[in-house]
Amino acid sequence: MTPFRSFIPYLQVAPLALIMILLVGIPVLTVLVTSFWSSDGIDIYPGFYLENYVEIFTSPVTIRLFMTTIKFALLTLIFTLLIGFTCSYFLVFHIQNLQTKIALFLLCTIPFWTSNIIRMVSWVPFLGREGVFNSAMMGLGVIDQPLDILLFSDFAVVLTYVHLFTLFMIVPIFNSMSKINPTVLEAARDAGASALDILLYVIIPLTRTGIALGAIFVVTLVMGDFFVVKIMSGGQSASVVSAMKNDIDQMYYAQASAQAVLLIIVVLIMISAILRVVDIRAELAR
Amino acid sequence: MKQRPTGASPKGVSRRTVLKGAAATTAASLGSGVIGTPMIWANTLKDVTITQVGPSFSVIPDIAEQASKDLGFKVEQQTAGTDAVMSRVARQPETLDIADLEFWAVQRVWRTLNLQPIDINRIGSWDKIIPLFREGKNNDGSEASRQGTLPHEVQYVLGAEDKEFSATPTELASIVPTIYNADTLGIRPDLVGRQIDSWAELLNPEFAGKSALLNIPQIGIMDAAMAIEARGDLTYGDKGNMTREEIDKTIEILIDAKRAGQFRAFWSTFDESVNLMAAGEVVIQSMWSPAVTVVRSRGIDCTYQPLKEGYRGWGVGMGLMGHLEGIRLEAAYEYLNWYLSGWQGAFIARTGYYSSVPETALATLSAEEGDYWYHGKPAAQDILDPYGSVQETAGRARDGGSFDDRIGNINCWNTVMDEDRYMIRRWNEFISA
Repeated sequence: MTPFRSFIPYLQVAPLALIMILLVGIPVLTVLVTSFWSSDGIDIYPGFYLENYVEIFTSPVTIRLFMTTIKFALLTLIFTLLIGFTCSYFLVFHIQNLQTKIALFLLCTIPFWTSNIIRMVSWVPFLGREGVFNSAMMGLGVIDQPLDILLFSDFAVVLTYVHLFTLFMIVPIFNSMSKINPTVLEAARDAGASALDILLYVIIPLTRTGIALGAIFVVTLVMGDFFVVKIMSGGQSASVVSAMKNDIDQMYYAQASAQAVLLIIVVLIMISAILRVVDIRAELAR
Repeated sequence: MKQRPTGASPKGVSRRTVLKGAAATTAASLGSGVIGTPMIWANTLKDVTITQVGPSFSVIPDIAEQASKDLGFKVEQQTAGTDAVMSRVARQPETLDIADLEFWAVQRVWRTLNLQPIDINRIGSWDKIIPLFREGKNNDGSEASRQGTLPHEVQYVLGAEDKEFSATPTELASIVPTIYNADTLGIRPDLVGRQIDSWAELLNPEFAGKSALLNIPQIGIMDAAMAIEARGDLTYGDKGNMTREEIDKTIEILIDAKRAGQFRAFWSTFDESVNLMAAGEVVIQSMWSPAVTVVRSRGIDCTYQPLKEGYRGWGVGMGLMGHLEGIRLEAAYEYLNWYLSGWQGAFIARTGYYSSVPETALATLSAEEGDYWYHGKPAAQDILDPYGSVQETAGRARDGGSFDDRIGNINCWNTVMDEDRYMIRRWNEFISA
């Protein structure tokens, strides 16, 4: 009786565990193993070699790629957080009517009904040298030379990331904010807190779970991207993953695996940093 | 890692024998000849499906459709970039029958031994293939440039189990050459506003922020090297096989140029190059011939500019996978023979590429088309693309002139260097700089 009962929890986690092992565990393990193999672009030599890691850690490109990618991630994080928080705040605290609230929330998701690629590529004719924005500005006489910095630049990359990923910030923050009991805010007001005090000492602490979740989404999405960087920088910038893709295209699988392992470690460090600030598990159970 | 299907296993032999027996019976009952090759397998051949995988500029649905119609069996095509084709040949050889490979890709993948040598005696028009491939010589008999991978260097092999290429012609070919071209820079004459005659202009600060380079490392670095050499910064021993020092110097020059804002973009797909040019983002860049045609078909002036240093050449051919045997091998050979018989050559000429057997292509093209595409004469009438829309109005001649002016003037060939890995590392450094 008792041995059987103690077995039940394991049975309950079994389906998820199985899926995680099959779809996450085994692939990651394969990448890890492959990263120690050797490859000359055609043949792969299984074994235990450190050459891929030596190459990564002695190449000046590695640190530069990570700095660029982390820079993109942080900039995107800041802008999506500002926009996402503001939008959620407006939806939750300013819109009184539930139906309007839902309607406006759905409005935020409409751009997401089309594919990422379409939304990204549509910036190209807008920002280009002979694009809509430059033509309009020159027509109005604001500028007399087209602004080259708008397209095929870091600016274009971050702009696109913000455009693509803000919803991933809005949804969790909106969710956390909606859970705040209005009476808490009333109590704060009655106790003499200013609007700024309420924002800083009540709302932000109570939405930090949402902020942390959103931050995890945005950071992992940016760190794992190569396509936006490639298109929007016109191939002028490289990210960690775009360098990896170059290697995969050239069939240097072992070298790409080593880079993948390093990326996983860096992203894990970033995520655990976020989790150190906010204990999501405790907050969600609350 | 790799497993090669060998005909030597007892099972393989017996299956082959059975197939041969069956085929022989059919052969006895049928004997009609169509398109040069006797269709003695017709009854069983019609059930065969041949899968061809290659890049979008050589694998074209219209060609497969026509081939299926003419041959009586089914030719299926899948599009994949050269990178992906190489990877399929090396890692999943059983998923394709015929691989369209660039010659430099053959240089790289032949040693997997996943391809089988092609018996040139079974290729009816082998002797009509231009001497460039068969002998490494131009049409006028002069030696072709050996910078990079001259197709001839990897054209012949010694046997199915031999990883080396033969320096002298043998009876066995690695691939059957099909299409090739001479690449150069594309420019927007309206925005450049003056005569361009040297690769050096790619790095000319006059075009800062308005030039672009191809971001396929092996090819991009060659275009860059053409420009650097033309400018006189560096003379390479062999642009197609640089030493580490040469790679270092090249990348340094490129990084300096990039930091100075020389490049607007680095493109890696056909469409990107078209859009950069058509939108006026770029006025001078590495480009492919059909891309120039597309820009022009949008009503924007674009020239595939001949340059005094010569062209960067490339070639594609069809390789037979090692697992083909019996009736499917017969079908594959029939397809190869069909490919060189004219229809495909004419089709591909209209996209701006050349056929390895110009004789049959010219016989299929109209005289006016032949004059325009091959002989460099002004178009006597409007020249249509393969799909029937006008791509060149009467009176204008092909950029770069005749076949011999273009192909005879190739300076270096697309290639894979001995220091490939090192070069790609440094190239990544340049892109991320």
